[in-house]
Amino acid sequence: MDQIKNELTHKSKASKQDVRGRTIAFICIAVIMLVVLSILFMITSRGLSTFIQDKVPVSDFFTKTVWNPSAVDANGHYLVGALPMIVGSFSVTILAALLATPFAIATAVFMTEISPKRGQRILQPVIELLVGIPSVVYGFIGLTVVVPLTRQLFGGTGFGILSGTFVLFVMVLPTITSMYIDSLKSVPRFYREASLALGATRWQTISRVVIRASVPGLLTAIVFGMARAFGEALAVQMVIGNAALLPHNLLSPASTLTSVLTTGIGNTVMGTLPNNALWTLALILLVMSLLFNLLTRYIGRKGGLK
Amino acid sequence: MKAKTIDRIATGIIYALVSVVVLILLFLLGFILIKGVPHISWKFLTSPAQAFIAGGGIGDQLFNSFYLLILTLLISFPIALGAGIYLSEYAPKNWVTNLVRITIEVLSSLPSVVVGLFGFLLFVVQFKLGFSIISGAIALTFFNLPLLTRSIENSLSAVPDLQREAGLSLGLSKWKTVTRVIFPIALPGIITGIILSAGRVFGEAAALIFTAGQSAPAINYADWNPFNGTSPLNIFRPAETLAVHIWKINTEGIMPDANQVSAGASAVLVIAVLVFNLLARFIGARLYRKITAGK
Amino acid sequence: MKNYDLTEQSILKLPADTEIVVETKDLQVFYGTNHAMHDASLQFPRYSITALIGASGSGKSTYLRSINRMNDGIARVEGQIMYRDLNLNSKDVDVYQMRRRIGMVFQRPNPFAKSIYENIAFPLREMGIKNKQEIRATVEKSLKQAALWDEVKDDLKRSALSLSGGQQQRLCIARALAMSPDILLLDEPASALDPISSAKLELTLQELKKDYTIIIVTHSMQQASRLSDYTAFFHMGHVIEFDRTQKIFTNPTTRITEDYISGNFG
Repeated sequence: MDQIKNELTHKSKASKQDVRGRTIAFICIAVIMLVVLSILFMITSRGLSTFIQDKVPVSDFFTKTVWNPSAVDANGHYLVGALPMIVGSFSVTILAALLATPFAIATAVFMTEISPKRGQRILQPVIELLVGIPSVVYGFIGLTVVVPLTRQLFGGTGFGILSGTFVLFVMVLPTITSMYIDSLKSVPRFYREASLALGATRWQTISRVVIRASVPGLLTAIVFGMARAFGEALAVQMVIGNAALLPHNLLSPASTLTSVLTTGIGNTVMGTLPNNALWTLALILLVMSLLFNLLTRYIGRKGGLK
Repeated sequence: MKAKTIDRIATGIIYALVSVVVLILLFLLGFILIKGVPHISWKFLTSPAQAFIAGGGIGDQLFNSFYLLILTLLISFPIALGAGIYLSEYAPKNWVTNLVRITIEVLSSLPSVVVGLFGFLLFVVQFKLGFSIISGAIALTFFNLPLLTRSIENSLSAVPDLQREAGLSLGLSKWKTVTRVIFPIALPGIITGIILSAGRVFGEAAALIFTAGQSAPAINYADWNPFNGTSPLNIFRPAETLAVHIWKINTEGIMPDANQVSAGASAVLVIAVLVFNLLARFIGARLYRKITAGK
Repeated sequence: MKNYDLTEQSILKLPADTEIVVETKDLQVFYGTNHAMHDASLQFPRYSITALIGASGSGKSTYLRSINRMNDGIARVEGQIMYRDLNLNSKDVDVYQMRRRIGMVFQRPNPFAKSIYENIAFPLREMGIKNKQEIRATVEKSLKQAALWDEVKDDLKRSALSLSGGQQQRLCIARALAMSPDILLLDEPASALDPISSAKLELTLQELKKDYTIIIVTHSMQQASRLSDYTAFFHMGHVIEFDRTQKIFTNPTTRITEDYISGNFG
């Protein structure tokens, strides 16, 4: 009997195994944490050096409109006004989201409320495929189809905010749609039944009951789509024209934070102001991505309370 | 009467908008395939690219894409598996775990260009690896980790607790229960997740242009010693992938057939992603049947 | 629901010469701040079947799962679980070793997604048994003990998931028996089964009583009265009555137990 007692009070192979396994799993998660922290730290410290090391006033960076980091103006100030890119990024993002939202609502409503069967069979694969197409392919099609078309229809070079908007519209559409579908699906069945039982038409039910109940979900989906649009680099860069100028209208060549980054980072020398200024743009991207993240969290919590 | 009219109009509008969405996809696919597929030939798929003259292929780029994909999966899968196991099986329910989840979500929502720039800063500049396959693979790993981790975690969590209790009640360690009992059941979901992530990785370019680089030096396919400079397996050589190639020739390409090459390469890329998607569905369903139904 | 005096208890004092295999002393279970089990003190005699009965939420399953510490990490358990002069509810006890001595079968059959053979052989190998002959012999023996051998002996490579619910549950019992435990804990093992499978299971358990000590949670009073030697009645996290089964079902001591058994409950 003592043998059994002994057995029970000694650490078994299994319990050593468990400690080892737990440690391995923990190390893996720690690696990911470390990666995120290093990204945040390195991009932040690089991005801030424009202000700390090169003494560029923060207000100048965000309000001035001339971007020519390798030159100085008459007073010896660096020409690092990032406003054109900031305006460019926000314009394409907001316009693309505005354009995509009605289509996303219609597609999601169609798939969940009007014709779930056909939606499942035809639209589900359509959405999955649209998500799967790589962004450079969108860029290529933008370059060979959207830009010439814009040029013919509206004049100008064809490169600009409008073309960028069109390309991003197609790219964020599936993101917004698939997220909104999930949110529509979570609206309880009896909401619809109650409404229909009261004699409301299908559209009245959809617009007054279903869509209203899923507003937080829709907002989250749109913010997600915007986050994707804001961070998208190559597809936009290929069609926007890459002129670091404040856009006059939707047709004039412009640039975004990402487009300037992708074209510029290889042509500057580490540690110099032109390079640091680009890292500041990357920092803005990072901060915006965090803000979008916070925003979806905030909407989620608010919506959850209802 | 009025409500009914509005209902009909609204339904009509919805149908119209949905048709536009379907048309857009049909147009995209049609455009890429019709313009690209005729350009695809064995020669196109195997010969090296040309910078100034027509007739260049995508052989090296294609190889680089697959090589990078495999390396990325080799690095990211073990880490994502460990992290997924931790989150689904070990993580206590407290604020620390919450913070960990938020952090992973932050990583997944970072623009890929930012992840690429970080890879550039750390590996290309700091560690002096230069533009190289290994830098690219690690950058893609960062980009791939959060989604893969989440999909593995979800697949594991979907396995009923009954199975965990079965293992534990037999005196198996938690680790053994997870790896030998839970993991095999979750495998179809995990494989589906891996293949879908492979599609994303395969088409990614922004994270690569400053890590794996934008040039494809000649590769000697007869030399499989990974320590030689021109060996296909050398992980320290720069390697332009298919996706980067498409971007590159469209922004600064000067060969006369840039458009056809782009179309052909785009078609290859889209077909590859399509295949990944179909494969994910097919293999997932098949494995699932095999594991649950026995024979 | 009627208001009962939960301190009104009647716990049978077993004769001094009874061999007790496992015993709980003042067992408390907390889920967070919820006190789910109060002062449960029970003794389980060797080679007997004890049924734990009570309404759902009475704490009978919670109690059962505490014995082999399946509540670790889910709930906080206080008090003693004495097994061979050893308090199992202590950090010094290796839960993995302990669970091999105290086997458990759950409400829903939970065979591994492996073959019938592997369901038993895999945990044996993990236990450190490498000898193939020995494993084969144990698989056969435990399947026979669980009265499943005749139904599956020709096709041990078949997936366990292709068995019927009743067969799966007997496989789970066989799997637990293969570890050669002292005690078998069964948590409503028949609740997911049809009446025929359920009857078959009861027969199996009657046979097993000769070699094992069995503690079974059941919601069926018929099952408890047919099957068990002793019965413990739980109510709202308290052990109300423990006695010989015959005594409890014919002449219960406390009013709560009487009401529960006669169906006047609530």
